[in-house]
Amino acid sequence: MGAGHAHRLYRHGHSPVHGLPPHTKLAATFAFVVVVVSTPREAMWAFGLYAVLLALVAYVARVPAGFLLKRLLIEVPFVAFAVLMPFVAEGERVEVLGMSLSVSGLWGAWNVLAKGTLGVAASVLLASTTELRELLLGLQRLKLPPLLVQIASFMIRYGDVITDEMRRMRIARESRGFEASGVRHWGVLAKSAGALFIRSYERGERVHLAMVSRGYAGSMPVIDEVTASRAQWSYALALPFAALVVCLLGWSL
Amino acid sequence: MHVPDGFIDAPTSAVTGVVAAAAVAVSLRGARRELDERTAPLAGLVAAFIFAVQMLNFPVAAGTSGHLLGGALAAILVGPFTGALCISVVLLMQGILFADGGLTALGVNITNMAIVGVGVAYVVFRGLVKVLPKTRRSITAASFVASVVSVPAAALAFTLLFWIGGTTDVSIGKVATAMVGVHLLIGIGEAAITALTIGAVIAVRPDLVYGARDLRQPLKLRIGGELVDAPAAGAGQPVAARTSRRTLWIGGLVTSLVLAGFVSFYASASPDGLEKVAQDKGFAQSAEKHANADSLLADYGVKDIDNARLSGGLAGVIGVGATVVAGTGIFWAVRRRRTDGAADVSPASTSV
Amino acid sequence: MVTVKEPIASLDVAGLAFAYPDGHQALFGVDFSIARGERVALLGPNGAGKTTLVLHLNGILTGGAGTVHVAGLPVGKQHMAEIRRRVGIVFQDPDDQLFMPTVREDVAFGPAAAGLKGPELEERVDRALERVGMAEFKDRPPHHLSFGQRRRVAVATVLAMEPEILVLDEPSSNLDPASRRELADILRSLDVTVLMVTHDLPYALELCPRSLVLSEGVIAADGRTAELLSDDELMRAHRLELPFGFDPRSVTMGA
Repeated sequence: MGAGHAHRLYRHGHSPVHGLPPHTKLAATFAFVVVVVSTPREAMWAFGLYAVLLALVAYVARVPAGFLLKRLLIEVPFVAFAVLMPFVAEGERVEVLGMSLSVSGLWGAWNVLAKGTLGVAASVLLASTTELRELLLGLQRLKLPPLLVQIASFMIRYGDVITDEMRRMRIARESRGFEASGVRHWGVLAKSAGALFIRSYERGERVHLAMVSRGYAGSMPVIDEVTASRAQWSYALALPFAALVVCLLGWSL
Repeated sequence: MHVPDGFIDAPTSAVTGVVAAAAVAVSLRGARRELDERTAPLAGLVAAFIFAVQMLNFPVAAGTSGHLLGGALAAILVGPFTGALCISVVLLMQGILFADGGLTALGVNITNMAIVGVGVAYVVFRGLVKVLPKTRRSITAASFVASVVSVPAAALAFTLLFWIGGTTDVSIGKVATAMVGVHLLIGIGEAAITALTIGAVIAVRPDLVYGARDLRQPLKLRIGGELVDAPAAGAGQPVAARTSRRTLWIGGLVTSLVLAGFVSFYASASPDGLEKVAQDKGFAQSAEKHANADSLLADYGVKDIDNARLSGGLAGVIGVGATVVAGTGIFWAVRRRRTDGAADVSPASTSV
Repeated sequence: MVTVKEPIASLDVAGLAFAYPDGHQALFGVDFSIARGERVALLGPNGAGKTTLVLHLNGILTGGAGTVHVAGLPVGKQHMAEIRRRVGIVFQDPDDQLFMPTVREDVAFGPAAAGLKGPELEERVDRALERVGMAEFKDRPPHHLSFGQRRRVAVATVLAMEPEILVLDEPSSNLDPASRRELADILRSLDVTVLMVTHDLPYALELCPRSLVLSEGVIAADGRTAELLSDDELMRAHRLELPFGFDPRSVTMGA
């Protein structure tokens, strides 16, 4: 994980999904995930339909399945947690392959796995079809506090620079024959972290100086505005609406 | 500890979302007070630093390694508001860009790691700094304790949310034991590195450590060949504020002791009950397995923990931590209202 | 004390002295004046106070003794926005200067902060990028550019504000010879006043007919670059050293 991955995450393309205004995509993704989370876990078929919906989006966006599946790996730690659930949860138990498993634990595991996976897949689709810059504009458009968007944008801009500095420091350490191999070397690594902080902070001060030199007085000038037509909105929101129908069916059936 | 979608139910996610939004709003205001118009670039760079440092691997023993979470580090280096803000931004971007932590769980994640993690760390840190002698070593020691407490405190907050809105009825006692136990160990690693990092920064640029501002020497000006005390610039605290800050600390501690009394009263009743349920159902023997509940555990190469003993001892520490936060928060809110008018007088940055 | 020199100097510094809050005094009375359209190099050893002086030119540091005038306008609180528009500082590390997500937005930042919008803003950005030959990189993120390209974009960010005077802090540092020459060509092609702070003496000789030597917080010498660089005694006294084998007397200057 890191800003270095940021542009590798994005897949350049000219699909209809790529072309949608970023705030409509953000809103659609968020709404979709909310709907998924609110679906009763007993409606297993509903989650299958959600997966089909996402697969459809991926198809339209021309995001290959392999790429999508690889990005899903981020979820693995919680899969481990989910796998444990049937063993530790309370309630009625069933025998499966000689192991005593909790029924509610099984449901819980299924719930986390299904919803978590769909959530991750939706986010991955968003990130792979939307450029970083656009995401920030979208957040700004969705009325996130401007200061927050600015901080996020500085973080994105300098994430690479700082990761790079960190890498250079590691190379410098290793060139002098240092190889961190255990707790005894924490001191050295912590010194690097400390130095990295000082460099980051001082760079922040220099950036501020450069901003002030160009007339910054506390608020960012608005250079770009993203706008969406009604058609684009309805196109983007088709996904959460379809999901909502499935969800309502899930509750009523 | 990045919670994915579906782990916590929708209503609880929504409520924590509101809590997180409010907390971010408060930290935005607080950060602006601390950094004025430098907020955006400085907080952005610190967020980028936290982001980078989370990737810095610390080897534990043959083959295994852990990485920093950075909550306590951020709190001590740049202050609680800016720190919470930076961690929130990191979480937000991780959620949107890397699908690390669910979008609907963003509120849960921010509440645990940015609010509880940073808040507890800072309050414990400041409390210790007030009590300990004013030396660099105390700062390092205080940062160690602050991060040891803050990581399991965040885990405990998670447990609490899981208890309220968890989608699986795992016994709360087990979750608490596993989460807190594991994160106590993680916390020790985190604490060692945080303390060492703070120590490294203090050795070079003590002025950059927000939590160590008390150690700063007064500035001098050379006027006509003589050293004269510089007039207190924008950064300096007015004298009045300093005394009222001391009352704040004493008040906060007293309040939290009172609160701690109440909390431990209830706390002592319920964990026993939960444990009893676990025993009745015959699950106590499987307790050791939860040690693997969180991925970070694997990073630190921990296999077994004596859950019962750890959790027992820890409940007290964390209880006090949490109540100190609550107590000081109340006190702070009350005091703020009183000094709001005075705050406007503080001189603006000299650079504009 | 402003005696009207005709025409008004682009930059006029008089009696400038400054001490940092930590007591370290960096400037001890700096006096010089730069006429409109001149290209001047500011030379000096490390710690001579060059950066401190630069930060006074657009009012980031103030509070010492003395005055700075930019095209007749005193640097002070009341004209700060106008001063910062007129004095374009290009900082040493282009990564500090380029803080926006794309080249276009970065170049637009200054003019947009001054209130420019829409097609007018767009036109200003295009022109500035055109002048440094970076027009086709408009929509790239800065960190995808080479160092030399980033330095050129940094110059463009300042040119977009149409400054009275361009101040460059170590413009040739970290540049490979080709980028160095390209930047020199760009700077020569500009019709603005240039103050170039540098250690790079051959570069100063190449670009700036006139040089100032700042040493121990005062202007120790002011004259034709070629003459200053040939004055061995002056050079030694102020820790200025030419690169091995470089003889300023053997260089024939075009203009």
